[in-house]
Amino acid sequence: MNDQTTRTHAVDSSRLRNTQGQPLNLGDEKICLSIRDLKLYYGQDQAIKGVDLEIPEKRVTAFIGPSGCGKSTLLRCINRMNDLIDICRIEGEVLLDGDNIYDPKVDVAELRRRVGMVFQKPNPFPKTIYENVAFGLRIQGVNSRRVLDEVVETSLRRAALWDEVKDRLNENAFSLSGGQQQRLVIARAIAIEPEVILLDEPASALDPISTLKIEELIYELKDNYTIVIVTHNMQQAARVSDYTAFMYMGELVEYGDTDTVFTNPSKKQTEDYITGRYG
Amino acid sequence: MKDWFSKGSPWIWLSGGAVSICMVAVTGLVLMIAINGLSHFWPKPVVEFEYRLPGQSEGQRVIGEVNRTETMTAIAMREAGLTVPEGQELVTRHMIKRGNRDVTGQDFVWYLDDHMYDRRFPRDILVLERLTWGDFYGYLVDYRIDGEVVAEGAEARAAFRQRMAETADLVREINVIERVDIGDVNFRMEQLRLRDRGLNLNERLSEAQREQARAEMAERQAALDEDYAVLEQRRNELRHEVGRYAITMETMEGQMRTIRLDAVVHAWWPNDMSMFQKMGHYGRNFWDFVSGYPREANTEGGILPAIYGTVLMVILMSIVVTPFGVLAAIYLREYAKQGWLTRVIRISVNNLAGVPSIVFGVFGLGFFVYFLGGNIDRLFYQEALPSPTFGSPALIWASLTLALLTLPVVIVATEEGLSRIPRSIRDGSLALGATKAETLWRTVIPLAAPAMMTGVILSVARAAGEVAPLMLVGVVKLAPSLPLDGNAPFLHLDRAFMHLGFHIFDVGFQSPNVEAGRPLVYATALILVALIIVLNLTAMIIRNRLRERYRSESD
Repeated sequence: MNDQTTRTHAVDSSRLRNTQGQPLNLGDEKICLSIRDLKLYYGQDQAIKGVDLEIPEKRVTAFIGPSGCGKSTLLRCINRMNDLIDICRIEGEVLLDGDNIYDPKVDVAELRRRVGMVFQKPNPFPKTIYENVAFGLRIQGVNSRRVLDEVVETSLRRAALWDEVKDRLNENAFSLSGGQQQRLVIARAIAIEPEVILLDEPASALDPISTLKIEELIYELKDNYTIVIVTHNMQQAARVSDYTAFMYMGELVEYGDTDTVFTNPSKKQTEDYITGRYG
Repeated sequence: MKDWFSKGSPWIWLSGGAVSICMVAVTGLVLMIAINGLSHFWPKPVVEFEYRLPGQSEGQRVIGEVNRTETMTAIAMREAGLTVPEGQELVTRHMIKRGNRDVTGQDFVWYLDDHMYDRRFPRDILVLERLTWGDFYGYLVDYRIDGEVVAEGAEARAAFRQRMAETADLVREINVIERVDIGDVNFRMEQLRLRDRGLNLNERLSEAQREQARAEMAERQAALDEDYAVLEQRRNELRHEVGRYAITMETMEGQMRTIRLDAVVHAWWPNDMSMFQKMGHYGRNFWDFVSGYPREANTEGGILPAIYGTVLMVILMSIVVTPFGVLAAIYLREYAKQGWLTRVIRISVNNLAGVPSIVFGVFGLGFFVYFLGGNIDRLFYQEALPSPTFGSPALIWASLTLALLTLPVVIVATEEGLSRIPRSIRDGSLALGATKAETLWRTVIPLAAPAMMTGVILSVARAAGEVAPLMLVGVVKLAPSLPLDGNAPFLHLDRAFMHLGFHIFDVGFQSPNVEAGRPLVYATALILVALIIVLNLTAMIIRNRLRERYRSESD
């Protein structure tokens, strides 16, 4: 794998065959996550209707689609956040490095350490900036000041927030602006060194400048993490992602490398959505 | 008019009016208690007058404080058999506190204003606050040592004043010996006695072991006896010393009374005091009230044991109720599957808050005192039987009963707090690989802590004011010893205690001398209100600190 690939030419698109709902062959991309025939029910309603998807390692994959199409739900399946909803039932498999995360033997807390998540609205804890970033490590029983100091600094640097907060690490996280809070939350997620970071519309509550910063950050983070992002913003998906999955009514309509999906979609539905005819 | 209604003006007036009525009621209540309670400690002028009924040539001399003044209709007074001058429609009468209960028998008497002649405020009237029989009013005649008159008139006054200060120190020393040192020795002797009985009851001990233990105990008993003898001798010496001095007082009837100085608590010349002296007197009286022990069936002296008991009980109650209530609420809100069962439990908890408090008292007496306490006595305090240790009303049972009473308040407040924590915070923690328990412990509970403190504040306010159940499970009119003292194990959960709320009831309604007790009722009520405010303020300060620490958008 070449981590130095440039943004717009991340993958040679000729290696991809868009097989309309079937798992894609992503060439020599290393597969990090495989979703196999995933079905999800809320009580009687089926929210996801059998999705197959392969997500490559150290790439940015975007889920797009109209509201209520199941893209956020699918994202939450990857770190089992849907477990928290009582009436939710899941069928199918999600393989992380070849192991099914829905296996009963899997420790959910351990899984979530490997698959971090950032939510739509910034949700820092009402603690200091420092303690927010250190939270994940403290949970794991790391209390050495030296280790924590180091991790807090590297995480904040990677989240491009260090220069703005280094003099006020002991202030409450709520004293930061919305954009800074969202970057803090990302720093908090990467502090525990996950393999995958799930971003659920991370910039939708932010102003354009903060959004730009988050997008730049996503681009930086791609070198070290597999990133899955849900977004409503088509330009954003086009700007930041290597691969794009378009979902509609709980089904995966089209999946392919971002350039192809945006410039030459194979499905009419995708084209209609991208050109803004509905959604 | 329609416009006026649709704009909502009547609604604003109505709600605003409700607020003002509430404010007036609360302020009025506090003011009434404060004025009545605080004025009691101010040295009032003492009046001397001649009370001469029509037709009598010679009246009776009266000395006393004007306690209250009333205006009545003459008809009512005539019907009561009093002589009121013809043609007069209204009569003013004064209640005079004459004191001298041992001489006259009646220390509060009504006098009609019409028959009071020759009113004056002599500067040399002396008032004595005595250990027994209440206040004494009169003129100082002479000062004696060992029964011999050594000074008279102005000299007596100076000598008496000087001796009073010295006597007060000695009396304080006697009190320390009696209350602390001898109390200590008695406590240890009682423990020895119980150990001795325990030895006899313990069948596993061999005769030799028993003998050895007895010998050791006899040694300690002897040491204690010796300590006691030393203390007693010292006390007797002091008693003898303070008993040597006395003064002779002339009462309003002209009788001479000799009063020993050790029976006098305070002495003052009320008509001969500067403003500054009066303020000093006021401060000392107030301090004596809050720091002293009650005397004379609680109608005199201080209320320290009651303050002590109330505070201690409330603190113990909150120590018990907080963890139980919080844990119950956490389970109900976070772990229990929400369904009909949790709904039934919630309804039951809410209804528990509506059960009359005396019912809790009855439950506490039956379950805690008789069942739990009785069994504890049988199991662990067999040597003391048949006199109960835990099987009688006690501090711990009162605290537990009140904890039960206030449990719903804490549960409801905590549940409210937990339900207000935004889902995003929990998700954030879970997404970082925290388990549910870690999420609760590290993020949710700290955030809900202010709400829990609110629950504790409400429960403290309720518990501190509760009297009815306490009468059954732990409060007494007069507790011989404080529940927290210098004898191991220091905190005596098995002791009965005094309580401000019950003290008010006792002084106001159970006391033999209603008039003497009346100001103390107000003063005690004032202290109780102040105490609750202090306890609440403390809890609020803690809560605000927590809020500040875990400040979040949701607050």
